Amino acid sequence: MEKKKILKELEQQFAEKIRGTSSDFGDDTLIIDRESLLEVVQFLKQKPYEYSMLLDLTCVDHLGQEPRFEMVYHFLSLSAKHRLRIKVPLSEKNLSIETLTSIWKNANWLEREVYDMFGVRFYGHPDLRRLFMYDGFEGFPLRKDYPLRKRQPRIRLRK
Amino acid sequence: MTTRIQKEARKESLLINMGPSHPAMHGTIRIMLELDGERVLNSEVEVGYLHRGFEKTCEHKTYFNLLPYTDRMNYVSPLINNLGYVMTMEKMLGIEAPEKAQYIRVIMSELSRISDHLTCLAAMAMECGAFTVFLYKIKAREFIWDVIEETTGARMTTSYIRIGGVRADFHPNYEEVLNKAIAETRKVLKDVHGLLDKNKIFLNRTRDIAVITPEAAINYGWTGPCLRSSGVYFDVRKTFPYLVYDQLDFEVPLGERGDNFDRYMVRMKEMEQSLRIIEQAMKKIPKSAAKTVAKGMEAAEAIKASRQKRVEKKIILSPNLEGSEKDKYQDILVKSKKYIVPPKEDTYTSIEGLINHFQFFMREHGIRPPKGEVYFAVEGGNGELGYYIVSDGTEKPYRLHVRAPCFHVMAALEELIQGHYVADVIPTFGSINMIGGEMDR
Repeated sequence: MEKKKILKELEQQFAEKIRGTSSDFGDDTLIIDRESLLEVVQFLKQKPYEYSMLLDLTCVDHLGQEPRFEMVYHFLSLSAKHRLRIKVPLSEKNLSIETLTSIWKNANWLEREVYDMFGVRFYGHPDLRRLFMYDGFEGFPLRKDYPLRKRQPRIRLRK
Repeated sequence: MTTRIQKEARKESLLINMGPSHPAMHGTIRIMLELDGERVLNSEVEVGYLHRGFEKTCEHKTYFNLLPYTDRMNYVSPLINNLGYVMTMEKMLGIEAPEKAQYIRVIMSELSRISDHLTCLAAMAMECGAFTVFLYKIKAREFIWDVIEETTGARMTTSYIRIGGVRADFHPNYEEVLNKAIAETRKVLKDVHGLLDKNKIFLNRTRDIAVITPEAAINYGWTGPCLRSSGVYFDVRKTFPYLVYDQLDFEVPLGERGDNFDRYMVRMKEMEQSLRIIEQAMKKIPKSAAKTVAKGMEAAEAIKASRQKRVEKKIILSPNLEGSEKDKYQDILVKSKKYIVPPKEDTYTSIEGLINHFQFFMREHGIRPPKGEVYFAVEGGNGELGYYIVSDGTEKPYRLHVRAPCFHVMAALEELIQGHYVADVIPTFGSINMIGGEMDR
């Protein structure tokens, strides 16, 4: 019951900014617009909620749907012992979102990974480069239209 | 294609590569250091040398078939990786393993945790010059892996924990082997405490080096022993209890300063707690409901006889299926036939069993969770090991993402080593236990 309360309170706080909430499988989820992401997470980081830890940050490619991409953030509140998921839909035409590097330091690498795998651009990221793949890699491997066994062209030896 | 540090470095400072092939950079990682003499001014960590496309591969495998891939994530504690994936699936499917299977899972994941910590600290100590400690710890790990081998049939790539339970029951004589492993590990832990705790060389190289504050650790998303070493109380086993951890009595050791030595100490104390958990679980584990039948039919004979009429007698299975006999299924796996591999006795001697077998393995059949997305985490060797699975209702995951605990710890390495000596990079890197397979995926 406690968990539902948090979603309700947030709905009241950010009434027009919230696109939807759900608690499927017991995971509390909040769907918001990209413009209100920073405002919502900054609010959540403060007391009384204290979602002080960015657990995870990833992206899902819903190929064939509009909006195509969906950013998925997981937050953890140590004081409330609760995890919260925030989802932000992103359309393919404007595939960019505000960075969280100014609030959470691990967002730096996590966002680089998402950029590497999905090609999502993060506004204000200090060092947006590929993380796992090398410079010169073509395409974004975790997108659904990237074939499983696609070959890459050879690249020049790094100097 | 210049790297960040090449652009930013001062002209007069020395740039040096540590790794990707460096004896201390176990797990293939590259650290570029900007040095002023022996001091690290700045650094840049480059990861991805072990990227195998785990997540992409999983999207093309069925829920059952991708289990072996989870072994290869953190290869010193594969059982916890199996457990994380399996429990995420169980959360999605709404099933719960039988009680005995839950105790087996607890014992196996604690053994894995000990082997994970032992490996980490062994490498860390060795890199500081304490080769004896390395040998002692690897010796203890050998005894632990004996138990794992006896139970799962493999030492590293176990794939033992399955959706709905575990693959096989314990070996009848497991207690003997397990007790021996516990006793040997205790002895080694005592020896290592004696060798390192007040060792001046070890203290000089670890005390107050690479200190992280609790706030910074939380900000970096640290979990597990590394977070606890800075004094933050968070353990998934306590905060979000799963399996039977809430019925077992154990403590969560905390550090004070968040330096290398605390990370060492927290791991050492955690192993003692893990041993406690195993001992309690061994006492509490329910007795098997299966009756032991001394004699049975040979498999070939049974298959022949099944052509005439149903075989009622017990069938002797091949030794590599030991522990997963039909009568043990009630102890170790859920009842629903939708989620488990049917017993081999049924598959080979009855038509229903054969149909079940094909309905499990055939293309476009098998485990089909409902549509939706789920996140579940267990306490891995390095911290919160989370799986995020998006299902579209088919037999393959639409998206599978792993929250690798050491990814977040590694993200802080640049900050940790800044201002220290080159030699400090090595114990620091050792103390955070980077596992390439898990981080690069």
